[in-house]
Amino acid sequence: MLEKTGVPTPAQVEAVKPSPERLTEGPVVIVECFQEIPCDPCYTACKRGGFLPFADINDLPRMDFAKCNGCGICIGACPGLAVFVVDETYAEDKALLMIPWEFLPVPEEGNMVKGLNREGDVLADVEVKKVRSAGSHNQTSILTLIVPKKYAHDIRSIRVD
Amino acid sequence: MRIQVHPILEFKKGKKISFTYDGITVEGYEGEPIAAALHAAGVRVLSHSRNFKRPRGFWCAIGNCSSCNMRVNGIPNVRTCVEPLQDGMTVETQQGRGVIGGVPGE
Amino acid sequence: MNKAEILVIGSGPAGLKASLSAADQGAGVTLVERDPFLGGQLVKQTHMFFGSKEQYASERGFKIAEKLTAAAEEHPGVRVLKGAAALGYYDDNVVTLELKGRVLPVSYDAMIMATGAQENTLMFPNCDLPGIYGAGAVQTLMNVYGVLPGKRVAMLGAGNIGVIVSYQLLQAGVEVPAIIEAAPEIGAYHVHASKVRRMGVPIYTSQTVVSAHGSDALEKIIMVELDDSWQPVPDTERELDVDVLCIAVGLTPLTEILFQAGCEIAYIPELGGHVPRRSAVMETSVANIYIAGDVSGIEEASAAMVEGTIAGLTAAFNLGYGRDSYEQKIAAANLELDALRKGPTGEKIRTGLQNLKKTGEVRQ
Repeated sequence: MLEKTGVPTPAQVEAVKPSPERLTEGPVVIVECFQEIPCDPCYTACKRGGFLPFADINDLPRMDFAKCNGCGICIGACPGLAVFVVDETYAEDKALLMIPWEFLPVPEEGNMVKGLNREGDVLADVEVKKVRSAGSHNQTSILTLIVPKKYAHDIRSIRVD
Repeated sequence: MRIQVHPILEFKKGKKISFTYDGITVEGYEGEPIAAALHAAGVRVLSHSRNFKRPRGFWCAIGNCSSCNMRVNGIPNVRTCVEPLQDGMTVETQQGRGVIGGVPGE
Repeated sequence: MNKAEILVIGSGPAGLKASLSAADQGAGVTLVERDPFLGGQLVKQTHMFFGSKEQYASERGFKIAEKLTAAAEEHPGVRVLKGAAALGYYDDNVVTLELKGRVLPVSYDAMIMATGAQENTLMFPNCDLPGIYGAGAVQTLMNVYGVLPGKRVAMLGAGNIGVIVSYQLLQAGVEVPAIIEAAPEIGAYHVHASKVRRMGVPIYTSQTVVSAHGSDALEKIIMVELDDSWQPVPDTERELDVDVLCIAVGLTPLTEILFQAGCEIAYIPELGGHVPRRSAVMETSVANIYIAGDVSGIEEASAAMVEGTIAGLTAAFNLGYGRDSYEQKIAAANLELDALRKGPTGEKIRTGLQNLKKTGEVRQ
């Protein structure tokens, strides 16, 4: 499916998800990288050992979720924009979701935007909690969204109307 | 049609200048390719095929394909996708093969 | 006559790295570029590069171009000639350049050809209508000159170029109603495909464009589904209104001067067509002519940079420069290349290089 449409299968998505226990402990990274390509900046960006060492630059990222604190530094480092951070502890029925964003307009904190799934369909109206730059040499923005908890693992983009 | 704002890029444009396209005054930026200025002004047909006179536009943008050849300041077969625009240029649709030193329209 | 110790033709990722690595070894380099700026196709790449630190991973292509351009222009061993197109090869190690309307012959001790590639086209009725453009051409128009190609742009080809340019069209505010790919699978890195898909752009695999329509310029295309043997499926034709169709169906190495110089050439489809035969360190079959980057086989820019390094080191070594450090630097570069080509996405290039090698060893 991914190789025909660009949309990963539910099984692929499930396989890279942290354990339910880890998700209850606070913000944690989710890396939706399913194809072995020659690329390793996620591993070199993380100074906490959250990514296990690459034996080969073509390896898929493998995680030590216990070492990840959900800082999101790897989001802006990933050339494939395939890294997200989810915090399911934010509220009873809301989760925080960090996504990379490289379009205009860059929403402002407090804006309501449309939350899109991996196929670009609108799932919910979501609030932009925080907007930060991925770094002084990197024009990618990192958005923190307040999303319905049931969609924390489905919303992966936004549309600013 | 020009990009006004871009999430990643800032465009360094030259001085705004004017030139003529088949006798009409058009504005562009100094140093950009002639074809880019024409495209921004909405001109998509740059030349015609020799035998069947089919409209031809921009194609390769690297000066290889000759689809954008026009007559510039009287010189035929100028590759407008790579030729920098200058103030006051006379850009014309070329008929046929073009003649060096010939009269406009030949 | 103008004299160059090492003449490098083309200043894309391969040519820039070749110039810098040769000059670092102490050789005198003349770097020739037909555009008025250095960087080749790097200047329009707004996405972050893959690879590893050594190939500037996570940096955007145009930033890599800025960095390497500054390094080349500031290097005392590199003389830069911009706006100079290589016209032809002559015996006795001479190449002519067109510079400011004049022909300038340059003689060299060694020449590194890093001329890159040109875009392939595709034949279908009315494929010559204005509005049907090369995807790379649209990228130049849009990302170098800030001119929008159109309002609604379809992409034919879902390899890395097609998918990346689609994403860049979205960034410029253009609507992309379809990415159309004749193959049953997306050729681009899947992360690139996912990036455009979640912005709502559909990717249609096993489909193609059968015709284009419009009076003076493109107004619509007709798409069709393809069966397992790539034949159109009856009654699946549908119209799509677009003012631009980008063609992203591969690249062909720009080998004219190498043909002219008499380099042995082989036809290797996996490498993009006709490519010069070469040694492991980028020597062609003609003495003192080296190659690097897409002209030696279509591949990613990260690999082109490493090939440039290898060609530059070898050309310098054969002129007597950097004798002490050559082996070590080549070994390091080979490790980088092997790593880039090792995974599943490197299969095509590995096959192509094996097939090229089967045509025989290259001895200068």
